[in-house]
Amino acid sequence: MKKREAKFTIKRFLMTNIVPILFILLSAFAIPISQFSANYLIQEMLIRLARNSFLVLSLLIPIIAGMGLNFGMVLGAMAGQIGLILITDWKILGIPGMALAAIIATPLAIALGWMCGTILNRAKGREMVTSYILGFFVNGLYQLVVLYFFGYLIPIRSPELVLSRGYGIRNAVNLLGIRNCLDYFIPVTIHGVKVPLGTFIVIAIFSAFIVWFRRTKLGQDMRAVGQDMEVARSAGIAVERTRLISIVISTVLAAYGQIIFLQNIGTLNTYNSHEQAGMFAIAALLVGGASVAKATLPNVFVGVVLFHLMFVVSPMAGKYLIGQAQLGEYFRVFVSYGVVALALAIYEWRRAQERAYARRMFRGEA
Amino acid sequence: MDRIKKFIIDIGWPRAIIALFLLALFVIAPFVNVRLDSSISDTLVRFGMNGVLVLAMVPMIQSGCGLNFGLPLGIIAGLLGATMSLEFNAVGFLGFFMAIALATPFALIFGWGYGQLLNRVKGGEMMIATYVGFSSVAFMCIMWLLLPYNNPTMVWGYAGKGLRTTISVQEYWGGVLNNFLSIRIGEFFYIPTGTILFFALMSLLIWMFFRTKMGTAISAVGANPDFARAAGINIDRMRTISVMLSTLLGAIGIIVYEQSFGFIQLYMGPFFMAFPSVAAILLGGASINRATLTHVVIGTFLFQGILTMTPSVINSMLQTDMSEVIRIIASNGMILYALTRGVRVKSR
Repeated sequence: MKKREAKFTIKRFLMTNIVPILFILLSAFAIPISQFSANYLIQEMLIRLARNSFLVLSLLIPIIAGMGLNFGMVLGAMAGQIGLILITDWKILGIPGMALAAIIATPLAIALGWMCGTILNRAKGREMVTSYILGFFVNGLYQLVVLYFFGYLIPIRSPELVLSRGYGIRNAVNLLGIRNCLDYFIPVTIHGVKVPLGTFIVIAIFSAFIVWFRRTKLGQDMRAVGQDMEVARSAGIAVERTRLISIVISTVLAAYGQIIFLQNIGTLNTYNSHEQAGMFAIAALLVGGASVAKATLPNVFVGVVLFHLMFVVSPMAGKYLIGQAQLGEYFRVFVSYGVVALALAIYEWRRAQERAYARRMFRGEA
Repeated sequence: MDRIKKFIIDIGWPRAIIALFLLALFVIAPFVNVRLDSSISDTLVRFGMNGVLVLAMVPMIQSGCGLNFGLPLGIIAGLLGATMSLEFNAVGFLGFFMAIALATPFALIFGWGYGQLLNRVKGGEMMIATYVGFSSVAFMCIMWLLLPYNNPTMVWGYAGKGLRTTISVQEYWGGVLNNFLSIRIGEFFYIPTGTILFFALMSLLIWMFFRTKMGTAISAVGANPDFARAAGINIDRMRTISVMLSTLLGAIGIIVYEQSFGFIQLYMGPFFMAFPSVAAILLGGASINRATLTHVVIGTFLFQGILTMTPSVINSMLQTDMSEVIRIIASNGMILYALTRGVRVKSR
């Protein structure tokens, strides 16, 4: 068999890394136009790395298990938000508050992840679109609980949380109590740039966890399932169970990620925060050069920086270039959806080509 | 008892539950002071309004391209046609058909490109279609700001450029179909005959199309691609044609929707419009690889019935507005059910 895969060609390199390259070019073009200072951009990037990395990390494990991008991570985000609403009501502040929110969110996230995993096991080969729709479906359940049950079945004491009609949580919940408590737990300032060291430490710990996890028995099983389900099954791996666990872990991590995300932002947008979380995390991971089948830690961090650089810069660039900030606003929406479409299409296209190639090899034509 | 069980399994649990739910809503309605006649009339209006959009699902499902989550692409073509007909100040039936005529070339071009893309990503169509829809909507947001429209009813008053987010078509071709031969009984009840006739005409055309040689070939591609290839059918070509047809129906569908609704919604308006149509056809009994016109009619009626009845009935019963939440859960639950049911072909 000829070694076709190993040959390094410029075309192949461009093909594999087209998305990050496009983004670097875009940023190189937009940063000078936006007229932001380097200091400002570095500060912004540090904040956004702290804010988003954890959510993006939560996507890695299902990719190892061959289940693609877990659009169902919004389930975890919702669990995290329920935890945050409760601790805000109980007025528990600072790190203990965050920890308690995480403790409340964990069983919820496990239950939701279990449900998600079970459903995805019934929709093999269509995991992404199914988890995507599942996100919408559970969003409906979440609204039912938060908008009608909170303050009605589940007691909420703080009047500032509850809608004026007496039940249901308001549109925006102020998280002043835990705002930035993890980010600046250890205050560090370099050249006037505040470094959210506390969050970085947590992110580092979980990155290490993922590296370690890949080497465990379970991690290896997941990789085997991701390569080929049938082969893994005949090797004695409980395929369904392994897939289920990968989704549960992802959902729980997403819940923690959302708590970290919101402690940085400082306000919970009760009915929108989670939707954006999924969207942006997936776009960032793909911008970092990940594909549906392969994602690494560098993909996560490069992706977060590149994606959010574009995010910060484009409205101002649009304003100076054409005179309408709104235009830059729409442009970044377009780019964040377009990049996902592009990355998914490239992945599927290449897979189709490889299948065709394998077929030719099989017939001995190549 | 066995008979009932078999019947329910035949039509599927979710459909049975939702049909019963809708029936219950119609029964309860008079007791909570919701007028039955106006409810039925509303349901009919919305049925006509959305029918063609749901019909747009059929060609792609039949050719094996899956659920058309890329419907916004067709909608955008329709929006371009609609705004251009307003730009030319065309009114009445002339304006309506002009909008369709102007939208057609866009729909065919978009559909062709979209079809080419989907042919290269066989197996992953649905997710990519969703994102193609989303990104094209976002791209058009930029375009609506920049395209050189001049009609003062459409552009922002103070800037003189950039289209408004909602544009009224009332003075142009609003309600032309709804009012055509419409039957009005009493104060609350009327049948939008024109819209329903138009939907029937479109359905008839699709029905006839799927009985031509090409239509049969498209269905064959969806039912069994390998068999189709062995029979000498050009799979990619058939799929492209089905996608173009779906996109065109989406464009016509949104124009019908607008003439009934009375407004053109631009910018993020078309963003989630694919989901109600997808849910409706699945509710009608379609699966992700087989859909018929019966599915369209039953599905649209059930889905729009639920949308019309839940706000009024549930609100008067519970004194709260839960309709939005119920809509989200029901429509996405339906899609989820269809996705997990797999592509088992019933042995018959």
